[in-house]
Amino acid sequence: MSEFWHDAGCAFHPVSGPDYLPPKQLRQLQLHRLQIIVNRAYSNVRLFKERMDERGVKPEAVQSLADIAKLPFTVKDDLRDAYPFGLFASPMHEVVRLHASSGTTGKPTVVAYTQQDVNVWASVMVRTFAACGCQRGDIIQNAYGYGLFTGGLGAHYGAEALGATVIPISGGNTDRQIMVMKDFGVTAICCTPSYFVHLLERAAELGVDLKELPIKAGIFGAEPWTDAMRARIEPEAEIKAYDIYGLSEIIGPGVASECEAQVGLHIFEDHFYPEIINPETGEVLPDGEEGELVFTTLSKQAMPLIRYRTRDITNFITEACSCGRTVRRIKRISRRSDDMFIIRGVNVFPSQVEAALLEAEGTLPHYQIVLTRDKGLDQMAVQVEVTPEVFSDKVGAVENLRQSLSRAIEHTVGLRVAVRLVEPHTIERSMGKAKRVLDQRGAS
Amino acid sequence: MKIHQLSVFLENETGRLSRPCEALAKAGINILTLSLADTQQFGILRLIVRDWEKAKAILEESGCVVNVTEVVATEVADRPGGLAELLKVMEAGGINIEYMYAFTFRWEDKAVMIFRFQDPDAALETLKKEGVNVVGGVELYARAEA
Repeated sequence: MSEFWHDAGCAFHPVSGPDYLPPKQLRQLQLHRLQIIVNRAYSNVRLFKERMDERGVKPEAVQSLADIAKLPFTVKDDLRDAYPFGLFASPMHEVVRLHASSGTTGKPTVVAYTQQDVNVWASVMVRTFAACGCQRGDIIQNAYGYGLFTGGLGAHYGAEALGATVIPISGGNTDRQIMVMKDFGVTAICCTPSYFVHLLERAAELGVDLKELPIKAGIFGAEPWTDAMRARIEPEAEIKAYDIYGLSEIIGPGVASECEAQVGLHIFEDHFYPEIINPETGEVLPDGEEGELVFTTLSKQAMPLIRYRTRDITNFITEACSCGRTVRRIKRISRRSDDMFIIRGVNVFPSQVEAALLEAEGTLPHYQIVLTRDKGLDQMAVQVEVTPEVFSDKVGAVENLRQSLSRAIEHTVGLRVAVRLVEPHTIERSMGKAKRVLDQRGAS
Repeated sequence: MKIHQLSVFLENETGRLSRPCEALAKAGINILTLSLADTQQFGILRLIVRDWEKAKAILEESGCVVNVTEVVATEVADRPGGLAELLKVMEAGGINIEYMYAFTFRWEDKAVMIFRFQDPDAALETLKKEGVNVVGGVELYARAEA
């Protein structure tokens, strides 16, 4: 692709064009693609044909975008049941790439890409990087894991297509990450937000101040995180911390991204059609109401998914974005219906605990929620690492801190919660996704 | 005339006290005196050492949370009623004591106590006015290591 656009002073990559489509044209494009994809899924994938036939729905039934509600949902278990290749809509000789999710519960789920799928993936990642203020000339440290996980290669192809310089360092080896960031003049990093916090802590120990390095942006995804974490990261590293969203079933990273406004994530909805549904009843909710996010892939060849339930809880932001993009935004996802735990009949999300800790302490400490069962009764405890900022030589002051944290969490979740202060670095740091909840109820 | 005291957060569990002590031992830092406050869940170890800045760095490197507080060391007559007399002076001067602990050594007929005052500067002024002998850092370290 010619790169004259940089010289012309364009603020965004031309690939970002669809982000600014007039809504009417966008809806036409979506309907056109939806009709094609439903046909493709129905004709090539047995599961979709069976499900639609059961409901007596033919592909021709989709005459408007609203008609999508007639189609059956797809869930994670469908992918597991079809292991490994049961949902592919392309013959294997057209599949150029396979990825797989970590099989934390049983078998992994396998996803496939044709060459066109890989190209679309790179284009949505270009749009992601552009929305996060990156362009040609940027030096991007890609600390997402390379391999079966989609994060590494997804960000890699996107950053290259953008015209940036990519450092394919992959995850792990924190000291080397810090050395490379410093010596190579890295301007943006891709990794999970919890790994970046780990990196910040290690850099401080090594006497490296990220504020003095050229790094200006963090492209953080692959796990739910909150504004509380952003409030900690941004001033400490003097970067803009952007939230990106994706899941391997839909394509990988590049499904949605924040822009410079950092208020919600724009969905690249010319490729991924979003709906918000009531997770209990499955009905489509009016715009703005909170519910489960559902995607239909509009252009995926190798593995189209119809109405895939993400388990992520969010809502559409109905106001227009100040950045000018017209594709719809979702509120940043800080909770998954999977993360939710139920204790004594109360639904609790780790994000609620996080918000309470932030409010009580001013900064977000490392914490872990521990669920246990004592004589048949569920107990919730929160371990919080003591930081130098809040530690005092006076027993009363430390005890007051403990109680105020306890009260703040109890107030938010409506349950008695035992807060236990622990020494720094005693809560396990993950290299990938943060483990916020330790459920030991099954063990007792 | 104020002395720097280091406080270390400890979980109230077996073996937690030995980590900071071993770290200081390895660096050849002598603990002049200490006190340990504890609750059911956690404890606070308070230390007086000669080179508090080095000790703080070593403790932090070993993973401890460290807090620095200014405390005051005063002489107390080592006989019945010695402490009571001193406390009376403080009470009369409206000095609020957060906590206190003693040094293990004796100097002539006097003991030395560490006081953590709510307002160390105001306390110092009152003590000096009342003629209480406040022991400064240099003098204190010399006595402790004599």
